[in-house]
Amino acid sequence: MIRALFDWMRDRPAAGLSLVFLAGLFVLAIFAPAIAPYLPTAQNANDTLAEPTLAHLLGTDDLGRDVFSRLIHGAPATLYASFLAVAVASLLGIPVGLLAGFLGGWVDDIVSRIIDTLLSFPAIVLAIGVTGALGIGLTNGMIAVGIVFSPQLARLVRAQTLVVKQELYVDAARCFGASAWRIIPRHIMPNAIQPVIVQITLLLAVALLAEASLSFLGLGVQPPQPSWGSMLARAYNYMEIAPEQMYPPGIAILLTALAFNTLGEALREALDPTARRR
Amino acid sequence: MIGRRLLQILPVIVLATFVVFGLLQLVPGDIAVTLAGENATDARIAQIRQAYGLDQPFFVQYGKWLWNAAHLDLSRSYLSNEPVLDQILHRFPTTLLIVSLSLTISLVVGIPLGIVAATRPGSRLDTFVTSFASLGVALPNFWLAMILVATFALNWNIFPATGAVALSKDPSKALLHAALPAFALAAGGIAEVARQLRSALIEILSSQYVRTLHAKGLSPTAILWKHGLKNVSVTLLTVVGLLVNRLLGATVVVEAVFAIPGMGSLIVHAAIHKDFPVVQGVVLSMVVIVICMNLLIDILYAVLDPRVGRA
Repeated sequence: MIRALFDWMRDRPAAGLSLVFLAGLFVLAIFAPAIAPYLPTAQNANDTLAEPTLAHLLGTDDLGRDVFSRLIHGAPATLYASFLAVAVASLLGIPVGLLAGFLGGWVDDIVSRIIDTLLSFPAIVLAIGVTGALGIGLTNGMIAVGIVFSPQLARLVRAQTLVVKQELYVDAARCFGASAWRIIPRHIMPNAIQPVIVQITLLLAVALLAEASLSFLGLGVQPPQPSWGSMLARAYNYMEIAPEQMYPPGIAILLTALAFNTLGEALREALDPTARRR
Repeated sequence: MIGRRLLQILPVIVLATFVVFGLLQLVPGDIAVTLAGENATDARIAQIRQAYGLDQPFFVQYGKWLWNAAHLDLSRSYLSNEPVLDQILHRFPTTLLIVSLSLTISLVVGIPLGIVAATRPGSRLDTFVTSFASLGVALPNFWLAMILVATFALNWNIFPATGAVALSKDPSKALLHAALPAFALAAGGIAEVARQLRSALIEILSSQYVRTLHAKGLSPTAILWKHGLKNVSVTLLTVVGLLVNRLLGATVVVEAVFAIPGMGSLIVHAAIHKDFPVVQGVVLSMVVIVICMNLLIDILYAVLDPRVGRA
C-alpha cells in the first residue's frame, strides 16, 4: 500500500508534490498555535507594515501583527471552510443524485429540472445572497457555498447512477429481492463513487477560492480572526504604501488551490483508464 | 424549435424565482425584527411586518412578488427606498462592459493557445499552455486584480486604479477603466477556453475520419481549419455559456477591488446591510441573464449541429 503510493508519487511528481504540500498544510493547520512564533492577534503599534526581518519572517501588517503567524493561523480557518463547504455539498448532492438516478421517472424529471435551475445561478452571487440571508460569518458563508455546489455533485452522481443501474449485478440483487435501500448503498454507491471523489477534490479548490472571495468581501471570516481571504482584504487597504502585504496570503491560496486541482486531475487519470491516452 | 425551447425554459425561470424568493426564508428568526433594527418597539415591528406584507402566508407573498417581478417591479430597497430595478439598470451597463470585454479577451487569447497546444501535443509549447491553464484556474482573480492595480495603476500609472466611466459618456475612457478588471477576470477564462479547446481538438484530430482525411492527402492546415475547428465549435459554445455564468459571479469580487459601482458592489453592500429586495433583484437578474444565454446557446447548437435540432 505504502509502496504503491511511493511508486505513484514517483510516476507523477506534480501530484506527489501536491499530496506532500497538502499533508504539510494539514499538519500546519492542526499544530498552528505551536508552530506560529506569535499570536495571530498580538499587535505592536511600534512595528506596523514592517519589511521582513528575522524576527518577522514575512514582516508585519497594519496593526503590527506578524504576517507569518497570521498566515499559519489562517490555514485551519481556510481548510475548515473548504471542507465544510464540500461536506455540505456532498451531503446534499450525493443522496439526491443517487435517488434521482435510481428511481428515474418523475422524481428524476423534477430533480433534474431543479439541478438545471440551480446551476444557472452564478455560484458566488447565490452564495452572497444565501450568506446575506443566513447572516454573515465563515460557517454560514461556507454552508451557502456548499448549497450552491451541491447540484454539481448531484448531476454527476445521477449520471453515474444511471450507468451503474444497468449493470447485471444490480439486476441480480433485485432478483434476490433486495430493496432500493439495500441496492443503493451496497451496489450503486461503491461503483458510482469514483468520479465523485475526483470532483470532490476539484471542488475543494473551488471552495477555497470561494472562501477567499467571501472573506475578501467581508462576508466570511470576521476580524480579528485571520483567514487568507481576510488578510488579502486588509492588504488591499494598504496597497499603496505596502503592496508586498498581498503576496503571502495570495500565494498561499494559489498554491493550495493548485495542489487540490493537481491532485484531482491525477486521481481522475488514475481512476479513468481512457483519460490516460491524452 | 425555438418555441419549444422557450416553453422549456419557463419552468426553469419559475423555479429560479422560487429559489430567489426562498432566500428570505433562510433568514433566521423574524425578518420584521431584523429589519426594525435594535431596540425597536413592538408597534414598530408590527408596522414593518404589515408594510412589507410579511404577515401573509408564504405563497401569497411569493405570488405577489412574482406577479410584480413579471411586471418588472422588483419592489424597493429597504435602505434607500429607491426602486430596485432602477438601481440595477443604473449599474448593469458597467458590469456588462467588463464581462463582455473579459469574455472577448478570453476567447481571443484562449482559442489560439488551445489550437497551438492541441496541434503539437507533448511539445514544450503544449506543456507551457497546459501549465498556464492549471495556474489560471487556481488563481484567485481578485488577487490578480490587486496585483494588476499595484503594478499598472499605482506603480506605472498606465490605467486608472478605481472607478468606472459610462461607455455612452466617453468610450475610450470607459474602456481604459474596464481594461484592468477585464484582464483580471479573463485569466481564468483564457485558461478554461484553452484547456477545453485543447482536449476537444485533440480528440477530434485523433479520430478515424481525420486519419482518412490525411490518407486522401489533405494538408494538416486544411484538416485543422475545415474539419477540426468546425467540430470543436460546439465545445466552444458550451465553454462560452459556462464562462458567462462564471464571469458574472467573479465580477462581483473583482468590482470590489476596483471600487467599481456595478452589480457586484450593489449586491455585496445589500447583503451586508440586509437589504433583501436588492439582493433578490440582483440574483434574479443575473440568473435570468444566464438562462437566456443558455437558451441562445441551445439554439446555436442546433444551427451548428443539425443532429441536435432533430432529436
